[in-house]
Amino acid sequence: MSTIDTHAGHSSHGGHHGSYLTSKGSLWADVANWATTVDHKKIGVMYLVALLTLFFFGGVMALAVRVELLEPTRTVEVAGEMVTTGQRLGVLAPDGVSPNNIYNRAMTLHGAIMTFMFIVPGIPASLGNFFLPLMIGAKDVAFPRLNLASWYVYVFGSLFALASAIVGGIDTGWTLYTPYSTMTDADHWRVVAMTTGVFIMGFASIMTGLNFVVTVHKLRAPGMGWFDMPLFVWAIYATAIIQVLATPVVGITVLMLIFERLFNFGLFDPRIGGDPVLFQHFFWFYSHPVVYIMILPAFGIISETITCHARKKIFGYKAVAFASLGIAAVSFLVWAHHMFTSQGELTAAIFSFLTFLVAVPTAIKVFNWISTLYKGSIVFNTTMHYTLGFLFLFTIGGLTGLPLATLSTDMHLHDSYYVVAHFHYVMFGGTVIAMLAGMHHWWPKMFGKMYNEPAAKLGFWLVFLGFNLTFFIQFIMGAHGMPRRYASYPDEFQTMHIISTFGSWMLLAGFLVHLFTFIHSLIQGKPATANPWGGMTLEWLAESPPDEHNFAKEPIVKHGPYDYDTVVPPNYDPADYPLPEKPYTH
Amino acid sequence: MSTIQPTRGEIRTGPMLPHETVQKGHHWRTRDDEFDAGKLGMWLFLATELLLFSGLFCGYAVMRLLYPEAFANGSHYLDWRWGGLNTLVLLVSSYTMAAAIRHTQVGDRARAQMALIVTWLCALAFLLVKLFLEYIPKWSEGKRPGVLFDYPYAQHEMEPMWWSLYYASTGIHASHVIIGMGLIGWLIYRNAKGWYGPKNYLAMENIGLYWHIVDLIWIFLFPLLYLIH
Repeated sequence: MSTIDTHAGHSSHGGHHGSYLTSKGSLWADVANWATTVDHKKIGVMYLVALLTLFFFGGVMALAVRVELLEPTRTVEVAGEMVTTGQRLGVLAPDGVSPNNIYNRAMTLHGAIMTFMFIVPGIPASLGNFFLPLMIGAKDVAFPRLNLASWYVYVFGSLFALASAIVGGIDTGWTLYTPYSTMTDADHWRVVAMTTGVFIMGFASIMTGLNFVVTVHKLRAPGMGWFDMPLFVWAIYATAIIQVLATPVVGITVLMLIFERLFNFGLFDPRIGGDPVLFQHFFWFYSHPVVYIMILPAFGIISETITCHARKKIFGYKAVAFASLGIAAVSFLVWAHHMFTSQGELTAAIFSFLTFLVAVPTAIKVFNWISTLYKGSIVFNTTMHYTLGFLFLFTIGGLTGLPLATLSTDMHLHDSYYVVAHFHYVMFGGTVIAMLAGMHHWWPKMFGKMYNEPAAKLGFWLVFLGFNLTFFIQFIMGAHGMPRRYASYPDEFQTMHIISTFGSWMLLAGFLVHLFTFIHSLIQGKPATANPWGGMTLEWLAESPPDEHNFAKEPIVKHGPYDYDTVVPPNYDPADYPLPEKPYTH
Repeated sequence: MSTIQPTRGEIRTGPMLPHETVQKGHHWRTRDDEFDAGKLGMWLFLATELLLFSGLFCGYAVMRLLYPEAFANGSHYLDWRWGGLNTLVLLVSSYTMAAAIRHTQVGDRARAQMALIVTWLCALAFLLVKLFLEYIPKWSEGKRPGVLFDYPYAQHEMEPMWWSLYYASTGIHASHVIIGMGLIGWLIYRNAKGWYGPKNYLAMENIGLYWHIVDLIWIFLFPLLYLIH
């Protein structure tokens, strides 16, 4: 067994450039170096920092929404006067703005930040940027400068969109539906700022996607055929294709919306013959595929973590790989299921049928992951906790989608809290949980430090339980008729809303625990070895943290990414992380 | 490797030109890989361009189905001769762009430069026709998009919609022409400095591809707006 004793910050080989985190000397030199870097690892970390910052803002908005919903708006008689109570966000309202408008703004910002600025770029731009080249044995992505440009464009677009918040926010909901987004006069230029921000961020998304497609095609290490690629790479590849093909459509859509807002073009305006439903078609033609931009990279992460931490070859490699492409293909055919209540019956029936098709490749993936676990040597570390948490939550999220795809039940559940709960189970329970799995899995590789496992597990349980507390109850609320997006509600729902709000605080506590574990790890963490988990994929060949040019010499692929039962992992020292005595063999 | 030999062009001595000393990027195994990657990236970008315009075409189709008379009527306001002239100008520019790449591949830098300059002038001619013979006269007559519409002799109440789509689609196309002029101008500058030759013409070929798609989109816009009644 070959073991290489490497630690963060220095290298056992001569002639290296040192880790990518090595300081350039002074603070200013470091800032200049990072600001102008074309290194995919630094750009990945920069994306991660930007994304988590925005996740924080989006989270604050979500907490604000939940606080408002602690009690319904009531008009009660106090000492002979009629007083409105329960508008908790009302204290933030400037003169002349109704408290409910503040709620609408918080809700819109939560949605807009979390979708456009966090979850869409999310995993591909951060973990994908960092690990895609490493996993295929490349020195960098195909177009490094384009990669850096994408980060700047993303940050610029986010600032543009956030400008609309700083001056008072928009209240259209993140979907920017017309005619609401074109006719609310008070928010004239703020809607334009938000849409322009979305337009600009679209370029960042296209740049990333285009870069990754070409990288996968052209930069795989010698010996790595298409079916030797790790499944994370397949997932990122499928995602990148959707990014390239779907994003331009939202580009033209928001451009038309801007024209509409600035010059009253009329395309979406029923007053002058336009069709607001056309906007919905355009919008969802992008925004449904984008759902798979959000979830596919999460699938990729789970394929990596589940194999590595169960010491087991993936069950049905090709099925999982093709399922990613299948989801990408079907994703373009289902957009109108967001509009079952605003279109003809035949169209709705066709789109309902197509929507059920999505369940097939998705279920294939879930079954394969579970089969992978079967008779694996499962290690219950934080990453595995999150991986299993993903399977649990995503399955709930996926199955609760079926009643929404069914026309008759959707008529009842449409625009209710059931929908809110469903997509949070998929987006949060799927993507965010998988991203946390990936961050814990790859943290030692990214920063060369281990983290405190018990603390991270505590964080997991707070997040997992807090999430379920927040959102499971919303299925029930929705089925009982609680509509989404309202600041107030009938009294009968209050208990459930209170439970949900308590859950959101628990979720916050979980994230704070994670934040502290990560900061603690950066400051005081034990140095990580090159391959602390005994992984098989190529990124574990690099040092922790990787050299500036990733590998000392170009890796040559000689075994599959998941050959845990036949090959001893590279760079692996069992003293750090004992494997079970005999990994299960078939 | 290709067997193309320089058949024409300058024979010179002296220091190497930039295109003769270009190195591959540090993360590529070979320059061929780098070249192929650049081409693949450009084709993907062209796909995004097509999808961008497909949104407009889609909007056009929907509105045309809703208000066929307004659209049939609208195209009567456009003079097919100016549109045809612009089509011709763009086709010529596509030819000269392709010629520039060919001349570069065989090492004839001077002819490539001529071809690039003609391409750039064609782009300028397109924009001048568009601006002075189409946009300005129409705008001043009140044929404007949406609520700005102020044409007293409109024959259909949905004519503002037609003008909206006309200005949006030709405007976005024209912005692509302007970007193309910038890119071709950059090519001319770099070519003058000797950056492009038989072994280094990726940037020129990619910008050429971009220019062809701009041309192609116009070839769809021209019949949709000018010819169909």
